[in-house]
Amino acid sequence: MNDINNNFFNNETCSMIENIKKKFPEDRKKSSIIESLLILQKNNNGYLTKDIITSLAKYLKVEEIDVYEVATFYSMFNTKPVGINTISVCTNVSCMLRNADNILNHIENKLGIKVGETTKDQKFFLKDEIECLAACNGAPMMQVNHKNYENLTIEKVDKILEEFE
Amino acid sequence: MTLICTETYSKQEPASLETYLTLEGYQAWQKILNNKISKSEIINQIKESGLRGKGGAGFLTGLKWSFIPISDEQKYLVCNSDESEPGTCKDRDILRYNPHAIIEGMLIASYAIGASVAYNYLRGEFLDEQWKVFNKALEEAYQKGYVGNNILSTGLTINIFPVLGAGAYIVGEETAMLEAIEGKRGMPRIKPPFPAIKGLFAKPTIINNTETLATVPKIILKGAEWYKSLGINNGEGVKIFCMSGSVQKPNNFEVPLGTPFSNLLEMSGGVSNNSKLKAVIPGGSSVPVVKGELMLDTNMDYDSILKANSMLGSGGVIVMDETICMVKVLQRISRFYYGESCGQCTPCREGTGWLYKILTNIIDGNGTINDLHELERIAGLIEGHCICALGDAAALPVKSFLNNFWDEFEYYIDNKKSMVVG
Ligand SMILES: Cc1cc2nc3c(=O)[nH]c(=O)nc-3n(C[C@H](O)[C@H](O)[C@H](O)COP(=O)(O)O)c2cc1C
Ligand code: SF4
Ligand code: FES
Repeated sequence: MNDINNNFFNNETCSMIENIKKKFPEDRKKSSIIESLLILQKNNNGYLTKDIITSLAKYLKVEEIDVYEVATFYSMFNTKPVGINTISVCTNVSCMLRNADNILNHIENKLGIKVGETTKDQKFFLKDEIECLAACNGAPMMQVNHKNYENLTIEKVDKILEEFE
Repeated sequence: MTLICTETYSKQEPASLETYLTLEGYQAWQKILNNKISKSEIINQIKESGLRGKGGAGFLTGLKWSFIPISDEQKYLVCNSDESEPGTCKDRDILRYNPHAIIEGMLIASYAIGASVAYNYLRGEFLDEQWKVFNKALEEAYQKGYVGNNILSTGLTINIFPVLGAGAYIVGEETAMLEAIEGKRGMPRIKPPFPAIKGLFAKPTIINNTETLATVPKIILKGAEWYKSLGINNGEGVKIFCMSGSVQKPNNFEVPLGTPFSNLLEMSGGVSNNSKLKAVIPGGSSVPVVKGELMLDTNMDYDSILKANSMLGSGGVIVMDETICMVKVLQRISRFYYGESCGQCTPCREGTGWLYKILTNIIDGNGTINDLHELERIAGLIEGHCICALGDAAALPVKSFLNNFWDEFEYYIDNKKSMVVG
């Protein structure tokens, strides 16, 4: 496998991907794509490159298009560079009823960016979150790097974001 | 009140094996293995208990299991922990506070349908907490020999594997979930064939919701009649309701099916903002909205909610007080379905976009009365014309919001602002 970019596939990553493969029938190679991409994305500052996609296709012995389709379908994958910390504010119905829009506006103003953008210092990426994050009775809520913060107030948000400064 | 899925929640270390064992954990599984209870007997017990799927469609669980062909081929069980129906947040708590009940339920279901492999598909956003807790619990269950090869020296093999998604509401639809586990884009399949005949990796497969499976062990341990009798009024069994929105104390409550809505509202501390009840979406954002007065006279069971022209759905109860603008709520709901449509069916892909655009136009003060008729027409074009139920889920709210709150939409159009303060 010498043509696979070793920066992406160090020993630890390889053994993690091998463990994913064990969950599925041997001839079902595509099944490992999603979880492998999650690992590779995490190791690459939160986004996927063409190189990563090509390398994973080779590693798993699947077509490049198979990996590409997955990378562009699921919303947790980024195919462009993003900030170090990802913020997702839920503004779906239950959260909206408890003023989630104010929380999102506050974060946009504070960071000086709109949803879908990254701050100039690369610290924060404010994801354009369309989904409900299944914490509706903790509304308003957000995830920072997929950790939940619930029952938010403006003051709470300020404190939480300071932790990442 | 008898608690099943939520029984561990108030304990110290709710997710631990020790806690689960003190609450008769894995006793149903051991009873099956020790007494060599047959597959058909288990399926019959689940049938008789009246257990209905708690993921949204409310299909009879025992009946679904009985569709699995009797044959020697490989079969699969899939637990649906994709939980992403807006207003629904019950499975995430079972995953982090009572994971062993899910594991035991998965084992029993796998045994009943003859599956030697089971997958639990967790939405990707659960990776920091629920994923870790569930994996740890599974490790403990493997160590104790409840799961794996040669389970408790009986020669039986059932392996359970957690799989992690990466963000997509549509994967909660059962055939889209099978596509996702196969490593593809999560696009629903055309049925038939039904998964029970041709499912994961083209093999017979049963898909059940997390809460459904976590309820199974206690039914096997205590009997079908016991479970049935937990319901009150016209209800049978129990259900978790997620109370969110305009209530003082949003929370999850596992209560008898048939519990009056007014009791649930009281348990959640009543309506917030010193306001009155205006409307309720009783089963996740995909089901029709019900006016407050009607809801106060409705019990939380499948038939009663159907009589109120809505559905029990996932049990996500979204409460709205009188300060809430119905136009804005519907626009937000439409944004969701527009964003989450997988795009396979033209009526859904295009229609959800039109619904959202027309509603946004109204919010921006550029609406006309004709837009309201147009919304109804488009909803009618989507409904029943798509591969999966997401299309209907986008259409039903539109129709019910307009039916119940036409005046409010009209007022918004005429005055270019909301009828209520909020
Ligand atoms: C668009 C859409 C999203 C769905 N999302 C979920 C979900 O997040 N969780 C779930 O259990 N069922 C969901 N369902 C229902 C599943 O298709 C399926 O009916 C359910 O998992 C079966 O389990 P049950 O019979 O135990 O309820 C969804 C259905 C549709 C059409
Ligand atoms: S109804 Fe919508 S979400 Fe469902 S398959 Fe068709 S396009 Fe996809
Ligand atoms: S609506 Fe925000 S978490 Fe569900």
